[in-house]
Amino acid sequence: MKYDERLQNVTVLGAAGKMGSGILLLTAVEMADLSLKPENKSKTFVLNAMDVSPEGLAGLMSYLKAQVQKLAEKKTVLLRKVYADRKDLIENREIIDQYIFDVLNIVRPVTKLEAAYDSNLIFEAVSENKDLKVKLLSQIDKNNKNKPWFFTNTSSVPINIIDNETGLEGRILGFHFYNPPAIQKLVELITTDDTDKEMTEFALEYAKKLKKIIVPSNDFAGFIGNGHFMRDALHGISEVENLTKEMSFAEALYSVNKITQDFLVRPMGIFQLVDYVGIDVVKFIMNVMNPFHDDEDLHSSLLDKMIELEVKGGQNSNGSQKDGFLKYEKGKPVAIFDPEKKEYVEINSFNEKCDKIIGNIPDTKVSWKSIIRNRKKDEVLKDFFNTLKTMDTKGAKLAVKYGSRSKEIGKKLVADNVAHNEDDVNTVMLTGFFHAYGPVNEYFA
Amino acid sequence: MKKLRRKVYMAAGYNTISLGTGRSEFNPKKPRPGIEHYIKEAGQETLKQIGGAKNVDEGAIGNFMAPRFNKQGNLPGLIPMIDDGLQWKPCTRTEGACASGALALMSGMKSVLAETADVVLTVGFEVQNTMKAIYVADVLAGAGWFQKRKDGHAYFFPGQFSNRAGAYYEKYGMEYTRKGFKKWFKNAIENARLCPTAQEYENKVEDLDTLYDKMKLNGKAFVDNLSVLDCSKVSDAASAIVVCSEEGLKKIGIAKEDAVEIIGWGQVERNVTLDPPDLTELTTIKKAAKEALDSAGITINDLATIETHDCFSIAGILATEALGFAERGKGAQFVADGNTSRDGKIPMNTTGGLIGWGHPTGGTGVHQAVTIWEQLTGKAGEAQIEIPKDRPYGMTINMGGDDITVVAIVYKRG
Repeated sequence: MKYDERLQNVTVLGAAGKMGSGILLLTAVEMADLSLKPENKSKTFVLNAMDVSPEGLAGLMSYLKAQVQKLAEKKTVLLRKVYADRKDLIENREIIDQYIFDVLNIVRPVTKLEAAYDSNLIFEAVSENKDLKVKLLSQIDKNNKNKPWFFTNTSSVPINIIDNETGLEGRILGFHFYNPPAIQKLVELITTDDTDKEMTEFALEYAKKLKKIIVPSNDFAGFIGNGHFMRDALHGISEVENLTKEMSFAEALYSVNKITQDFLVRPMGIFQLVDYVGIDVVKFIMNVMNPFHDDEDLHSSLLDKMIELEVKGGQNSNGSQKDGFLKYEKGKPVAIFDPEKKEYVEINSFNEKCDKIIGNIPDTKVSWKSIIRNRKKDEVLKDFFNTLKTMDTKGAKLAVKYGSRSKEIGKKLVADNVAHNEDDVNTVMLTGFFHAYGPVNEYFA
Repeated sequence: MKKLRRKVYMAAGYNTISLGTGRSEFNPKKPRPGIEHYIKEAGQETLKQIGGAKNVDEGAIGNFMAPRFNKQGNLPGLIPMIDDGLQWKPCTRTEGACASGALALMSGMKSVLAETADVVLTVGFEVQNTMKAIYVADVLAGAGWFQKRKDGHAYFFPGQFSNRAGAYYEKYGMEYTRKGFKKWFKNAIENARLCPTAQEYENKVEDLDTLYDKMKLNGKAFVDNLSVLDCSKVSDAASAIVVCSEEGLKKIGIAKEDAVEIIGWGQVERNVTLDPPDLTELTTIKKAAKEALDSAGITINDLATIETHDCFSIAGILATEALGFAERGKGAQFVADGNTSRDGKIPMNTTGGLIGWGHPTGGTGVHQAVTIWEQLTGKAGEAQIEIPKDRPYGMTINMGGDDITVVAIVYKRG
């Protein structure tokens, strides 16, 4: 089955979710572009957007329309050529509207699994629950005569386990997008010894068409991305616990979040990232990973407590941030949750005191935003971190310790044979987490 | 000089800011002032200088595409909105694409010459940031022949002038030509920085040459032969000025030295359904400029400054040739050598022109007249250039479409 044929009938499971909606968007656009090729004009392309939530699917269609419109506005020069033979489409607006229709016309929002029984390719992006994944995939495979291929977006469950429990015999691979899939360039590709080679080739071609950067990861729970992120977050939590000996919980969490953002020149602080991903999702991932690591405990009772109190972070369907460790107003943190008092404490009631304790960063002109596109980024960071290492403030010391720990985690991923090499670890953090520098670097010991 | 039956003057000019990318007030995600705001501001500021609406006999308003950008037609009705005193007075709307503004000036001039009016309030405006650039391109494409739209570029007009630039590259060399474009761009930004209403007034880029060099041509996302730095802006703005007779000047209490006299013009039209006869020449501009200068009885060597229609850098270069400052193919050199810079032989577009000040399409013709009036009467503030005593003349060239509707006007210090 050729590439175009494979993509003639596809299903995305969990299509209304955070990851599913992005995967659906990218796939819909790719399929529409194929359908507009002259040789494919007589063929029908079908993309089932399957989700259990009708409300979610309604929201998905609005999201799709808005996103496809933006995309079409950017590639109108090309689209005018694609629709050159359509004499009725003259103005850019008419061409853009037609393209939006052509993309949306491929998508079939459905709530029943049966839709996937005719598909050649199934993307799985349901919640991070192995048993649910196994149940859905088994059911589809039992009823689908096409011997379909399954791409799972799991960020933590080993692929060989799903393969064994579903009996897919190598017709599954890990195709792990990063959030949000439409923007983050990274896809972690996880294959096993049993993976169908033709399927791997297809996956590479598909990723290329989507302009994604592929990093191959070995089949270890958590893979590279979460292998780093989970341990990095646990380090942040332990630093908060240390700091609570000398300051309140809210002050400690604020400090560690600020240090990880400003002192480590990252796009957001570690607790903002946990909120972004969702506290519950982070806990899920740790739960999946933990049984596979005898030498360490990937677990946090703080996360358990937050979930017990129903403070979970994550995002609303419109993409806005829900409150978690931090409370957000217009996307900016304004308060910190105190699990003892069970309430948010306003940041501006204590930040001056904390800022004094942790001290200043070496150069106030350096921020993630200011250096991410700076060609001399390496020089700037070298100066910045060299100065940081000479500083005697609490913030500087914690930051240096944090940077070293991050490096240690990165090296461990290679040593444990999760990643093939250090460059792959760095690429994952640069392109999946948008870091300005990789964890395995010369800045930290 | 062609003898006019009576003298015609312009005075009391005013420009609003040119709002769009580049101005700190501009935020595409927030609501912006509508057409009424701009027309009122420009009109009222001009009325203040002439003793109020009671002194106005007639109104003329130039605009290109308000029916599409703002879903508003019947534009003469917006003149009485400026001031109650204008209610019940005759008003006219003119449209000739990006030359709509100069057509409004012509309408005023002809009324004064016909002796049906002594004071004509002339306004030009466009408010284009109501849509994204890709849709703005649809609307502006109306300045060309609609039957050619289907085969045209997504960015229709940049596409037309990219073809002109491409033809010029082919004939005279690309690197050579782009040196001229770069200088044209640099002059535009440097001049705009001297004019508080200009869209690029706040431009702080230190090394404009490097900026220009770094902006690579990318036909996949834009057009083949021009970058966005070669293009005028998407702008919201209005300008106003009065056109009046000698009696009119007295009535509004403005001294001659605070006015400019119109001593000649050329108004020329090319068939919109036909392609330009020569891509490397602005034939209509050439004819209009010649008519204007001949009727004024002066030559290009008498001019102290020119406002020319640089919707694209290539149009600026070609204008220097059409006017006769440079031979065919030598315009790029003429500009690169600094001849059109503010301290050059013939300063052009001294407040930035369409690339630096902004291009509110239907308002540009009036904006050009206001700028020449300011320069010749010493009211240009920081952007003021020296006007030699023996060359008290200025000129505007306003072009609609791809060298279709052109008005050239020659002004003399009053």
